[in-house]
Amino acid sequence: MLQYTLQRIALALGIVFVAISILYTVMITLPGDPTTVLLGPRATPELRAAFRANLGLDNPVHVQIAQFWGRIASGDLGTDYNRNRPVAEAVFSALPHTMALVFGAIVWSAVLGIMLGAFSADNRNSWIDRVTAVLSVGFLAAPSFVVALYSLLLFSVTLRWFPTIGAGEPGDILNRLYHLALPSFAIGLAWVGYVARIVRAAMLETLGENYIRTARAFGLPRRTVIYNYALRVAILPAVQVLGVGIGGLLSSAVFAEIVFSRPGIGSLIYDSVSGRNYPVVMGSMLVAIGFFVTCALIADLVNAALDPRHRTRS
Amino acid sequence: MTDTLSVERLSVHYDTREGVLRALREVSLAVPAGQIVGVVGESGCGKSTLINALLQLLPENARIADGAIRLNGEDLVGASSRRLRDLRGREISVVFQDPMTSLNPVLSIGRQMRDIQYRDPVSRAEKNRRSAAMLARVGIPDPVAKLDVYAHELSGGMRQRVAIAMAALMKPKVLIADEPTTALDATLEVQIIELLQDLQREIGCSILFISHHLGVIAELCHRVVVMYAGEAVEEGPVEEVFLRPAHPYTARLIECDPGRLKQKVAQLPSIAGSLPDLTNPPTGCIFRARCDHATAACAQKPPRVELDNGHWAACHHAREVQI
Repeated sequence: MLQYTLQRIALALGIVFVAISILYTVMITLPGDPTTVLLGPRATPELRAAFRANLGLDNPVHVQIAQFWGRIASGDLGTDYNRNRPVAEAVFSALPHTMALVFGAIVWSAVLGIMLGAFSADNRNSWIDRVTAVLSVGFLAAPSFVVALYSLLLFSVTLRWFPTIGAGEPGDILNRLYHLALPSFAIGLAWVGYVARIVRAAMLETLGENYIRTARAFGLPRRTVIYNYALRVAILPAVQVLGVGIGGLLSSAVFAEIVFSRPGIGSLIYDSVSGRNYPVVMGSMLVAIGFFVTCALIADLVNAALDPRHRTRS
Repeated sequence: MTDTLSVERLSVHYDTREGVLRALREVSLAVPAGQIVGVVGESGCGKSTLINALLQLLPENARIADGAIRLNGEDLVGASSRRLRDLRGREISVVFQDPMTSLNPVLSIGRQMRDIQYRDPVSRAEKNRRSAAMLARVGIPDPVAKLDVYAHELSGGMRQRVAIAMAALMKPKVLIADEPTTALDATLEVQIIELLQDLQREIGCSILFISHHLGVIAELCHRVVVMYAGEAVEEGPVEEVFLRPAHPYTARLIECDPGRLKQKVAQLPSIAGSLPDLTNPPTGCIFRARCDHATAACAQKPPRVELDNGHWAACHHAREVQI
């Protein structure tokens, strides 16, 4: 297990390094740079050049990337030159909001999805199975920003059940959860259907396995067979998918945070990319990718913990 | 002598895309109390369907078209699922063919063995103690530690011992063994057979032993049922059936047993022809197309010809074949 864990961690660090280096290249090839935003359209070319040199933007790309990693290695995320504050401060004040949003979405959609999937498999071709199938595909097909917009219009504007903007009062847990409800509903909805489909398929496969027949042949109660013997195996692929799916949820979170005007990594990335605020873009990207890779890593380790075969195979 | 388990004119049909597949047709057999009865037949003869029918665990597209399965006189066909669950594991239990896949991969051995005892109102520690005692009984070293082990951490032979321990745990009246030694090598095979014999004597259960291995059946069983293409064609005491077979299929099967070969041959003996199409089985004798003894009479369904010592064969020419 230890060797397996170390291997996964090494792989995760490699992924972060490659992804960030590529993103850096993509970012600086975007048209426009910080000087256009900061100095305005009427700045002289000399002023621009001096400013670019000052920021190190006149170096070749690979040097800039090396410099970026050098700074990261010394524990410095850089400075937000629009607002003159450390990038770390901006990123780490935004991160908890995004984490709450993503985990809120994962938790409710995974619990509901697993329940629906197991129930559908157990009651195959029942009307609940059919309804779940149709809704699953429907939820999957609805882009999360559309769901976000319409749920905002319906539940906040028309019905006035939920607040429209913000993340709630600091320190007031209930108020925070109240503000979290709609955004996490909006980005988790597609996952309910997805998880339900995966769990249903895995469950049907598992129910055909010999060890399920053995459990039945020993007269174990139906509920034990389905929800203990079969579901334990059948949720494994869903756990794996959920870990990787955090990446998808992060990009959905960008839209949800914009639509609901929530603070968070998503809106931070959006604002900083529009403002060509390179240090903040890279800082928040690094944290977002690190977060994603960590979640995938945790999913792998949870899988290994749930599936004893995984551990010794490593 | 009372029969613990008896199957009476059992027919099982599968609904398939090609039509109704008649996997078992009027199969009758009896397992007397305290005896080991072998069922022998080649692949596709309906052995697996028979086991699934006995446990009432047939797949969804299968149905019992006719017949009865009596366990201590109680008909299992049409019994409520609650009653069946009650009987399974306690009165009738099973050791499946492939120990690699018949144990749950994500639950420890101890957990699975505790679950089998779910009906007993005893403490977890007591259940573990009983499980360990049964593991020790089937010859597993360090049984207490093995309770925390998962199936994939055990060797094939050990896994099959665990499967036998699970099946014997509730001291069933009837134990079905579905080719329990097929996945094992020859030395383990002998050990497993001796173990089953010992357990049978200790628990006093009956065993229905399914195999395609004639040597194993001869070694272990008191009686044997020969199956071909979904029918029981011959039944009787093992020595009777193997030494004086009365059905041409049984006779050919014994001739084809590689264990009988005394010297090297270029080609192993086989029975010419192939199994009939069970979606459209031929009328009359099912073995007719492949049989050396076939005559015009075989176009009629063969009678059950009773011979000595409870030995019978479903063949028009049974008495001629036997000589």
